[in-house]
Amino acid sequence: MNAIDTSLKSNTPVKLVSGNHACAIGALAAGCRFFAGYPITPSSEIAERLSRQLPEVGGVFVQMEDEIASMAAVIGASVGGVKAMTATSGPGFSLKQENLGYAAGAEVPCVIVNVMRGGPSTGMPTRPSQADLMQARWGSHGDYPIIALTPASVSEIYSETMRAFDLAEQFRSPVVLLYDQVIAQLTETVTLDGASRISVSRKWASGPREAYKPFATGSDAIPAMAKPGDGYRVHTTGLTHSETGFPTQQPDAVTRNLERLFTKLDKHRELIDSYEAVNCEDADVLIVAVGISARAARRAVEQCREQGLRVGLFRPITFWPFPEKQLREAAAKAKAVLVPEMNTGQLQFVAERVLARRVDAIHLFSGEAIAPADIAARAAALAKGA
Amino acid sequence: MFIDTAAEFDVRNYLRKEMMPHFLCPGCGHGIALRALLWAIHDLSIAKDKLAVVSGIGCAGRLSAYVDANTFHVTHGRPLAYATGLALARPDLHVVVITGDGDCLAIGGNHLIHACRRNLKLTCLMLNNEVYGMTGGQVSPTTSEAMLTTTTPLGNQEPHFDACALATAAGAGFVGREVTHHVPKLKELIKAGLEHPGFAFVEVMSDCTEIFGRKNDLGSSPEMVMRQKSNIRPTAYADSVETPFRPNTLPTGILMRNDRPEYGASYRKAAAARTGAAS
Repeated sequence: MNAIDTSLKSNTPVKLVSGNHACAIGALAAGCRFFAGYPITPSSEIAERLSRQLPEVGGVFVQMEDEIASMAAVIGASVGGVKAMTATSGPGFSLKQENLGYAAGAEVPCVIVNVMRGGPSTGMPTRPSQADLMQARWGSHGDYPIIALTPASVSEIYSETMRAFDLAEQFRSPVVLLYDQVIAQLTETVTLDGASRISVSRKWASGPREAYKPFATGSDAIPAMAKPGDGYRVHTTGLTHSETGFPTQQPDAVTRNLERLFTKLDKHRELIDSYEAVNCEDADVLIVAVGISARAARRAVEQCREQGLRVGLFRPITFWPFPEKQLREAAAKAKAVLVPEMNTGQLQFVAERVLARRVDAIHLFSGEAIAPADIAARAAALAKGA
Repeated sequence: MFIDTAAEFDVRNYLRKEMMPHFLCPGCGHGIALRALLWAIHDLSIAKDKLAVVSGIGCAGRLSAYVDANTFHVTHGRPLAYATGLALARPDLHVVVITGDGDCLAIGGNHLIHACRRNLKLTCLMLNNEVYGMTGGQVSPTTSEAMLTTTTPLGNQEPHFDACALATAAGAGFVGREVTHHVPKLKELIKAGLEHPGFAFVEVMSDCTEIFGRKNDLGSSPEMVMRQKSNIRPTAYADSVETPFRPNTLPTGILMRNDRPEYGASYRKAAAARTGAAS
């Protein structure tokens, strides 16, 4: 399970890297120049790699005293104008929630990697899980929207890490990257072609200070951010604030601000949504899965198709906001829907709500990944019964 | 040499007038501490655009909103951690943290000791009023023994923290304490903290007249402030005043100053050495 740390010095962009290293490399390619973290299995390789590489590109790595401080430091760096990230696993993700809510409310771009391991509590540090899907959405108190991405391969960890930064910057939102211990420490070939890409940067305030409103609604619902030192001297707070940025409890202003937070993402779903549909057009049985379970499901689809069974796979890549419309379309003709997942029913819960129908599921929470054969057997049974 | 700048300093130039009237209670010492901070900033000619004020939650936490600068009102206990990220990312800014005794020593205690140990250039102003005022007057880590609060109806049985001793033990490069009675001295202390190249911790003995004072029959604000003043033993006295004349021993002034390496500069230097070696 040791992650191979390639030197990246040869000329070919195709490298053999682990998921966690791919995440670190993707972050650098996206322009990440600040990382604050706290050691936790199975995410620590991200911190270790960035501790070496960030200073080489003029960035800063800091290991903080705890997960809470790491998240706070990331937000502090981001309000300073630097693209920033932290990485953790289950118990650490719980501790990040306090300041993650602050980032959502104060609209501070940042990327939070959560390598999911078994839980609850300390759980199984070296075993995979997919049990933080709901925490990624609802983990901090109060109402707020969030973006969460669920890559399913090392290559996709690389590309989705870069996309996570782009989305964070573009929408002034925290973006959570959710993947499991298996792909975190799996080693695969990846084409590292992101170095020359044009990454997205947030919209900075410009023009006269008098005319600038830190949280103005604007046409796209995404306010321009003021960079310290540029002369705007604004106030940023976790308290509910008006367009001026100062605290308010005035009902209209409170309502307007929270509505805009949601509108900000709802209005731009075409830029946020991402999913993969495999053989969904004629599927009698639709499998819905993410991460490592989706990889097993893809193999199961092939096995079923070889038997002449019409089985398809719908795989959300952007998990939150959930691609509801796309799932409904994919499942329109399916007689049965099957969710294999490494938890006790989190994706099943979402699928049942979105599709308003009963959804079958395989729930494995033993610390093992779901085998393709188990998914194929259940899908075949559903296809034959359908 | 002490230069009196009281005449030229106008606090209104550093305040967001649109935020007035402020929400502090009559008699609260926090306004005096804020004025001393802004006076020190004025004396040092720190540009408002280059000033970042990060504050936590509580009465002290609310002060950042009144300062005409880049201000950040963050989560409870976390301003030092937040400021650490900001100062590392933006070494060109002057980052000042305003925090209270609960924010800094209870929920934020871990961040304080590590900020002291790390010695990143930050100025931390802890306003100690011995109580959680914002939430109605509960016991804090600095509440004096036997005092009544809304959660110590039997009188406080817990020993109180000596924040400066804690900061010193944790390795802070600069540690000082002052009472609000001595505004020019407080200003000079904060100024020395702002000029210190590493982490500077300044404790201001503030007073919560409305809640803590009222609960314990401590009298009016001037009475509370005068009582604090009579409790101190300025370090400047050294041994020149015999103990019997100053029976109380709460030291004030600069209590620690050392030249431990500043973290941000050390990090950047090591990074430059690495980059230079690689190219």
